[in-house]
Amino acid sequence: MTTADVRDPAPQAVGAEEAAVDAPRPAERLSALAQQHGALVTLVLAVLAAALTFEPFLTADNLQNMALSSAFLAVVALGMTFVIVTGGIDLSVGSLFALGGVLAAWGSQYGTAVALLLPLAVCGLIGVLNGVLIARSRLAPFIVTLAAMLGARGLLLAVTDEGSQTYLVDKSTFFAALGQGRLLGVGVPVWIALVLFAAGALVLRRTRFGQYVYAVGGNEDAAALMGAPVARTKITVYTLSGLCAGLAGALNAAWLVSGVTILGSGMELEAISAVVIGGTLLTGGSGFLSGSLVGVLLLKVIQNVINQIGSLDSAYQQVVSGAFLAVVVIAQTWLGRRGRRT
Amino acid sequence: MTQLTLGRVTADRDRLRRLLQDYGVYLGVAVLLLVNVAFTPHFLSAENFRTQAVQVAPVLIVALGMALAIGTEGVDLSVGSVMALATSLVSLYLGYGPWIALLVAVAGGLVVGLANGSLIAFVGVQPIVATLALMVAGRGLALVLLPQLKQVHDPGMAALGSGAVLGVPYLVLIAAGLALLTAFVVRRTTFGRQLLALGDSRPAARLAGLPVRRVLILVYAASGAFAAVAGVLATARLTASDPTSLGTLMELSAITAVVVGGTPLSGGRVRIGGTVAGAVLIQLLTATLIKHDLPPSWTQIAQAVVIVLAVYAARERGKR
Repeated sequence: MTTADVRDPAPQAVGAEEAAVDAPRPAERLSALAQQHGALVTLVLAVLAAALTFEPFLTADNLQNMALSSAFLAVVALGMTFVIVTGGIDLSVGSLFALGGVLAAWGSQYGTAVALLLPLAVCGLIGVLNGVLIARSRLAPFIVTLAAMLGARGLLLAVTDEGSQTYLVDKSTFFAALGQGRLLGVGVPVWIALVLFAAGALVLRRTRFGQYVYAVGGNEDAAALMGAPVARTKITVYTLSGLCAGLAGALNAAWLVSGVTILGSGMELEAISAVVIGGTLLTGGSGFLSGSLVGVLLLKVIQNVINQIGSLDSAYQQVVSGAFLAVVVIAQTWLGRRGRRT
Repeated sequence: MTQLTLGRVTADRDRLRRLLQDYGVYLGVAVLLLVNVAFTPHFLSAENFRTQAVQVAPVLIVALGMALAIGTEGVDLSVGSVMALATSLVSLYLGYGPWIALLVAVAGGLVVGLANGSLIAFVGVQPIVATLALMVAGRGLALVLLPQLKQVHDPGMAALGSGAVLGVPYLVLIAAGLALLTAFVVRRTTFGRQLLALGDSRPAARLAGLPVRRVLILVYAASGAFAAVAGVLATARLTASDPTSLGTLMELSAITAVVVGGTPLSGGRVRIGGTVAGAVLIQLLTATLIKHDLPPSWTQIAQAVVIVLAVYAARERGKR
């Protein structure tokens, strides 16, 4: 009898134990499913409830409005998803959204190229700065991006004569058409958001960079040991987030045909909420873009319903959004804990 | 021989850096004071000092609670919204007398803090996310309770806002008292030691049998209560309740004061004296920029740069 033979029963015993643990698997699978697709189910239920309760909910105008306002937030949430999957957070997106809009409106007098490239360049640069401070100098993401939020707001005030100047976009330009135009009956920003999400999902799922993003968020030290370029990946995601916020701001300015200076405050919270609601864990290492899109739609449906209940004002929206975020986070933590026990 | 000298030089440089990290904030305050004495007209007057001190008081009180949260390796982003909630509650309950209004407002802050603490301690939510949720909900609740700005006509509140003892405004006395109390709690009480221990290493604190959850909940409750007190004092000074704008970006100012004051974001250490100096430094910086007619845009950019520099300077200590 060799030692291997003696050892043999042991793994079997372990296997039997595993089988015993396997017994309640449907429940665990259910909790994993709830974590990943709970938002989608909630969205379907919310849309059904809203459609049955409010006559005007399913009108073309209302749906168009919801789709448009979702599109801008969705582009911001796209970049935020990459950042959160690496285990970081970007609080500067609201300010960058506003800054991008103002720069685009100012730049639109020199043509569409300037109107798009100027906000992308400035917001992208601030994103690079965030990334370098976080990845190379190893500063906490929330404090760096909080400072960037303040700095970008200051920059916005500086280029708008302390907030008193509102630049207008000429309605006849191609740039304005990017915001106001329609393609097959659906607003152009909606198409842009959908295309960007498809591209982003491909990048996150199918490219080496996407795998690095998951690896860095899962375990930074392990990622570094296996040769992933941790710093470069982080700098790229914060740059991406800056670019997304700037682009969303530019598109929003094209839609509003003006660079409104007071936009975007609180948008970072909306974007983070959407990403978290969509099933991406704030601890990093897991998440998916389609969830963020569902999260954005869910937030916008809830806002739309609250808006339609005439007696409720936007203050209730904040209460509901905050409570909703808390409930989602509690549910996720709970489900995550159950998942980990397997 | 060269090796030895080199070693000594590095050690000296290390010590110098640590000294700068610990006491740089006082140096910064001193430099700003000197610059202002030299270049700002009418800076050296009792009236000006009183104005500056009254303005810094609410920020300082919020920063004290924030220092405790940061000491546990957490953060409290809901403080600005708690101030707004407190100002709404004060307005609503002023009819029952200023003391009742004050108590209700502080109780409101305590409840928000307890909610934060429960989410963090019992559910295990990250402090940034938990307090973010309460930040959104808190501001909304404040606006639901009081939809727009309301003047506060109450002799008690007016006295609180503009009264003084021996030339020292009540606001400054209250802020100083709370700072002393917090410093005492951190340095001399079991609770303070437990707080620092769990900020240093949560697993170690748990293994040592410290009441981790209780300490966390108390810390966030204290932060909520401090923010509510700051909200009440700001209401008294402005003689108006403005839930839309009161306390916006306050979380940023408070975190800056704490971090500039030498409390590391990695937890395990709380410097109350540094936090007081940090709050004064930000106030002086803002006042200097405004007095020399720099627009708000540049003030915000300058603040952003100061925050990044302060965190950058504190970074080495976190690594060690």
